[in-house]
Amino acid sequence: MNFDDTPQEAEFRSLARAWIGANAPKQYEDELRKSSLGRTVLRNANILEVAKAWQKKKADAGWACLHWPKEYGGRGSSPIERVIWSQEEGPFGQLSRMFIIGHGMCGPTMMAFAREEHKRTYLPPLASGEKIWCQLFSEPAGGSDVAGLRTRAEKDGGDWVINGQKIWTSGAHYSDYGILLTRTDPTVPKHKGLTMFFLDMKSPGVEVRPIKQASGASDFNEVYFTNVRIPDHQRLGEVGDGWNVSLTTLMNERSAIGAAVSTGFPELFEYCSSLMLDDGPAIEDRAVRSKLANWAVKASGLKYTSMRAISALSKGERPGPENSIGKLVAGSMIQDVATYALDLQGASGVVSGEDAELAGRFQAMLLRAPGTRVEGGTDEIMRNIIAERVLGLPGDIRVDKDVPFNKIPTKGR
Amino acid sequence: MNFDFSDDQKQLRDQARKFLAEKCSPKAVRVVLDGKAPYDKELWKGLAEMGFLGVAIPEEFGGAGAGHLELCVIAEEMGRANAPVPFSSTVYLAAEALLIAGSDAQKKKWLPAIASGEAIGTLALFEGKGNPAPKNVKLAAANGVLNGVKKPVADGAIADFAVVAARTGSSGRDGDISLFLVDLKAGGVEVKSLTNLDPTRGQAEITFKDCKAEPLGAAGDGWSILTQVLDRAAVLCAFEQVGGSDRTLEMGRDYALDRIAFGRQIGSFQAVKHMLADMYVSATLARSNSYYGAWALSTNAAELPEAAAAARISATQAFQHCAKNNIQVHGGMGFTWEFDCHMYYRRANAMALGLGSLSYWEDQLIDRMRKKNAA
Repeated sequence: MNFDDTPQEAEFRSLARAWIGANAPKQYEDELRKSSLGRTVLRNANILEVAKAWQKKKADAGWACLHWPKEYGGRGSSPIERVIWSQEEGPFGQLSRMFIIGHGMCGPTMMAFAREEHKRTYLPPLASGEKIWCQLFSEPAGGSDVAGLRTRAEKDGGDWVINGQKIWTSGAHYSDYGILLTRTDPTVPKHKGLTMFFLDMKSPGVEVRPIKQASGASDFNEVYFTNVRIPDHQRLGEVGDGWNVSLTTLMNERSAIGAAVSTGFPELFEYCSSLMLDDGPAIEDRAVRSKLANWAVKASGLKYTSMRAISALSKGERPGPENSIGKLVAGSMIQDVATYALDLQGASGVVSGEDAELAGRFQAMLLRAPGTRVEGGTDEIMRNIIAERVLGLPGDIRVDKDVPFNKIPTKGR
Repeated sequence: MNFDFSDDQKQLRDQARKFLAEKCSPKAVRVVLDGKAPYDKELWKGLAEMGFLGVAIPEEFGGAGAGHLELCVIAEEMGRANAPVPFSSTVYLAAEALLIAGSDAQKKKWLPAIASGEAIGTLALFEGKGNPAPKNVKLAAANGVLNGVKKPVADGAIADFAVVAARTGSSGRDGDISLFLVDLKAGGVEVKSLTNLDPTRGQAEITFKDCKAEPLGAAGDGWSILTQVLDRAAVLCAFEQVGGSDRTLEMGRDYALDRIAFGRQIGSFQAVKHMLADMYVSATLARSNSYYGAWALSTNAAELPEAAAAARISATQAFQHCAKNNIQVHGGMGFTWEFDCHMYYRRANAMALGLGSLSYWEDQLIDRMRKKNAA
C-alpha cells in the first residue's frame, strides 16, 4: 500500500505539470477555484468557448481523453495516469464538465458498437471538444424506468423515422450529436423492443427546448422528434438489442471514476475557518466542529473509496456496481452542507446571488443540489443497485416484466 | 500508487479468518459473555502460536517483524470474529507504548512475553468521566511511587502489566504528565472488575497505593507519547470496527434472504434493502478511511494524526450503525439473548468509547485539519 508515484508515474506527472503550467488559461484559475456546484463561474467570458479552446489545446498536444485509444483522439493512458492528470489539472478540470457525457458515455458506446469508418470520423472531434455529444435516454414516461420509453423508430427504406420526446437531456442545446434509445417493437416486453442510434442534432425535425430548472438555470432540455430520419448505418448494435447497448453506456458512466465528486465540504470548511458567530469563531464552536468532522470523514471516505477503485481498475479489475456509492453519498451531502452553511448565516442566508455572502455560493449550491440527487439515478435507485447487485438481495417485484409493452397500463388512475 | 493490501497481506487475512472461524465461534464467545471465563485462554494461546500477537513486534524482541499493515488485516478479523481476548489492550496499547517509548531493557522484558502470549498488558489512562486530556490525569507519581485510581482500565483484571499515565508536575502544561510501567502482580495494586457494556472484553478499576513503578520514556513526555499511542490504536481499532461492520452487515443480509414475511423474502422490501444498502455505504466509507490510516501508520507519515482521527470517527459510526440496524433487520428475534446480534451491538458501543468518545475524536480531527491548512 503506497501513494508514491512509480518512476513512470513520476515522469508522467512532471510532463503533465510542465505542459499545464505553460498552457492552461491562468486568467480564469481564481474564478474556477472559487466556483462550486450551481454557481456560474466566469464573469467576463463565455464558458463554452473557454472550455472548447482548452479542450482543443489539450487534444492538439495529446492530452485529451486520456483513457481513449490514440487512433480515436485519446492517449491510451492507464487509470492511474488519469488520476495524476486530474490532480495536476486542478481547477481547470472543471472546464471539461460539458464534455463528460460525450467522453465518458457516448464515445465508449460508439467505440463498442459503431462501424470503423464512423469511429474514425466522429470520435476525434468529440475528443478535441470541437463537437459536443449528448445522451437521449430519459423520457417523461421513463425516468428511473429507462426501458419504459416511448419514442418510436420505424423502418422506412434505408432509414429509420423517429417520433417522440426525450427529457432531462443535459447540454442538448449546445450538442452537435447524440446517442438515442428508441422503441422499435412495442409488441414485445419492454426491454426487448429497444434499438440504439446516433444522430446529428441538427437533423430536420429535431427541436430542443431548454427546461427552466428549480434553480433558475437551464442545463437540461426537452428534445422533440418529428419525422426525424436516421440512416440505418447509424444504428448502434442490433435491432432490438438497444437495452444491452445502453447498459454498456451506463457501465461506462460508472467507470468515469477519478473525476472528483462535489460534496461541498471543502467550501464549508473554508467558510467555517474564517466565519465569526455571535459567541466567537465558528471553528471553535462545539456543534460546528461536530458537524464538520462528520462531513469530513464522508468526504475523505469517498475520496479513498475512489482511490481503491482506481487501484483495482489498474490491476485489470472491472469497475463494479459498488461505485454507485459516490453519487449516493455526495448527492445528499452537498444538499445538507449547503443547508447548514445557510443556517450559520442566520436570517441573512435567505438572500441569494451577488447580494449574498460569498456571492451566493451556498445559496446556489442549495438550489442546484436536488438535481444532483436525481440525475443519473435517484438515491432510491442507487440504493437498489447496491442492495441487489452488491449485496445480492432480491430485485424489486416487476409486474410489467413479461407483458408486451403496448399492453402495460400508462396511467395510475 | 497502489491503494490496496498486497497479495501476501490478503493471504494473511484469509489465514486469520480461517483460524478464527474455527477457534472463535459465537459459541466460544458466549463462554466469556456469560461470565464463565474472563477471556478465551485457548484462543489467546492459539493466536500466539500463529504469530498474530507479535506480528508487528520486531524479531529482535520475539515478534514476527512483519509490520503494521499485517497487524491491520489481523485486527479486521479479530473484529469480525468478535474475539473475546485482550488483543486491543495488549497489542495496540501496551505493545505500541513500549515500541514508541520503551528502553531496550523494557522492550526485552515485555515484548517477547506479549508475542508469546505470556503477558497481557494494558493502558491505564482514564480516571472516571471525561476524555483523554492532561487535566483529567490526577493520579500522582512521586519518587517512582504511584498513588491514585484508574477506571475504566480495559482488561485491567487480567492484565499482567500496565502503562500508567501519571501527574508529575503542576505547571498546567502537557509536560506535567509522565508514563510509568507497572507490574500489576507486584504489591501496591488493587484490582476490581467492573460490569460493562461488553462483557467479552472486561473493564476494571485499579487502585495504586504507594505502588512502585518504573518510568516509561522521559519524564514529562507522557502526553506526547500517549497521543501517538492513541493515534496508532485508533487505526488498529478502526480495522476491528470495520471487521465488525462487515460481519453485522452480512448477518443482516443473510437474515433478510432467509426470512419470509407477507409471502416474500423480507430482503425484497425496499425499506429493508435500503437499510442494508446504507449499512454497506457506511462500512465502505469506514474501510476506505481505515486504509488511509493503515498507510499513514505503516509509513509513520506526517498525515497519521489526521488520518487516525478520520478512521476512528468513520469506523466508530459504521460499526454502531451496522450493529444497530442488524438488530432492526432481525426484528424481535434480533433482540433475544440467543441471537448473536447483541454481542456485536455491545462491542460496537463499547469500542466507540474505549479510546475516548466520538466527540473527543471530532475535536482532534478538526484541530488537525486546521493545523494542516495553516501550514
